Amino acid sequence: MLQQLQNIGKRGVLAMESIGRATLLLWHSVFWGGPGSAGFADLLKQIYAVGIRSLIIIVVAGFFVGMVLGLQGYNILVDFGSAAALGTMVSLTLLRELGPVVTALLFAGRAGSALTAEIGLMKATEQLSAMEMMGVDPLKRVITPRLWAGIISMPILALLFSTVGIWGGAFVAIDMLGIDDGAYWGNMQSAVEFYDDVIKGVIKSIVFGIVVTWIAVCQGYDSVPTSEGIGKATTQTVVISSLAVLGLDFVLTAVMLGGV
Amino acid sequence: MRMRFIELSVGAFMVLGIIALVLMAFRVSGLSLQDNGDTYTVKARFENLGGLTERAKVSMAGVTIGRVSKIYLDHEWYAAVVEMEINKSMSTISVDSSAAILTAGLLGEKYIGISVGAEDDNLKHGDWIEDTQSAIVLEELIGRFLFSKAEE
Repeated sequence: MLQQLQNIGKRGVLAMESIGRATLLLWHSVFWGGPGSAGFADLLKQIYAVGIRSLIIIVVAGFFVGMVLGLQGYNILVDFGSAAALGTMVSLTLLRELGPVVTALLFAGRAGSALTAEIGLMKATEQLSAMEMMGVDPLKRVITPRLWAGIISMPILALLFSTVGIWGGAFVAIDMLGIDDGAYWGNMQSAVEFYDDVIKGVIKSIVFGIVVTWIAVCQGYDSVPTSEGIGKATTQTVVISSLAVLGLDFVLTAVMLGGV
Repeated sequence: MRMRFIELSVGAFMVLGIIALVLMAFRVSGLSLQDNGDTYTVKARFENLGGLTERAKVSMAGVTIGRVSKIYLDHEWYAAVVEMEINKSMSTISVDSSAAILTAGLLGEKYIGISVGAEDDNLKHGDWIEDTQSAIVLEELIGRFLFSKAEE
């Protein structure tokens, strides 16, 4: 009985410790050093690794999600005789919810896991300790450019996801289902507000970018430096960041839309 | 050479992001650059707005000429006051024009339709449109219909 209580306490203390370490890490690497503090070339390399390498999966996924939304939405709306509202439905769904959220989930799987594995391996092969020995701050040298790359790439990827999705929906609606293209775009334009829908979606995706890369980087930095530990940390990254994204999405939506 | 490729592709990536944002702004949300700045405000009193909201369209003959900028309650008249921003290019609306709250389609959004009058003087900034027609509230219509049926 006492033993169990002690175990719970121990877990709580450990969890608090790791949250504290993660916050310090975020603080030191993001707010302390700007995007270019580790050299501009490093940042570019990381944007290439994190953002551009994820581009294909994002674009393909976005196109198919848009097409499916078009098809499903058509079948529902046509019963109410309002198939012309399809453009509105597709664009609002993508801009407000699916764009930021699905991009963040794919991003966690594609880029987050790679980040964790990379940093974990750096730790396991003692590259991080070697840097410290040479008087190079591994936080600034390794963590900062990766975090910033994630924060910069994520909104761009989410925007591209939504754009491609809306055009995917347009392809299904206009070319395959024969909805009037003036109705598709016109209804969309009168329903979508630039600030309320587009900008709020971008804000969401920036927050998701911070959260996903932060979790990925922390998991890597905190991982047990063995092959098993790195594998576990990589899995943890995907699990924790997916849950965090879905949970935060509700909170952000509630705050932005109000009413809760 | 490799660094050059990375720089180029990151540049292209950034440009792609900006293009997506611009597409979102103009193609998807229908933002237009010239709509703010050169407008003038006209006010009108309505008995019942019936679901008219701020930023609703103000149209004449089906063409959008402005937007509803502000809605508030007049405490003396107990009527709703609607302030509309009309584009400067539409500066020749005569003073005896009438404003009506209309519905786009059967269940669509509410907008204000303006029909032009015959006077030579035009509405200026801050003027009132006197001749207004409230929104048609479906419940009232049904109520009136039932009442007249019961009288028969």
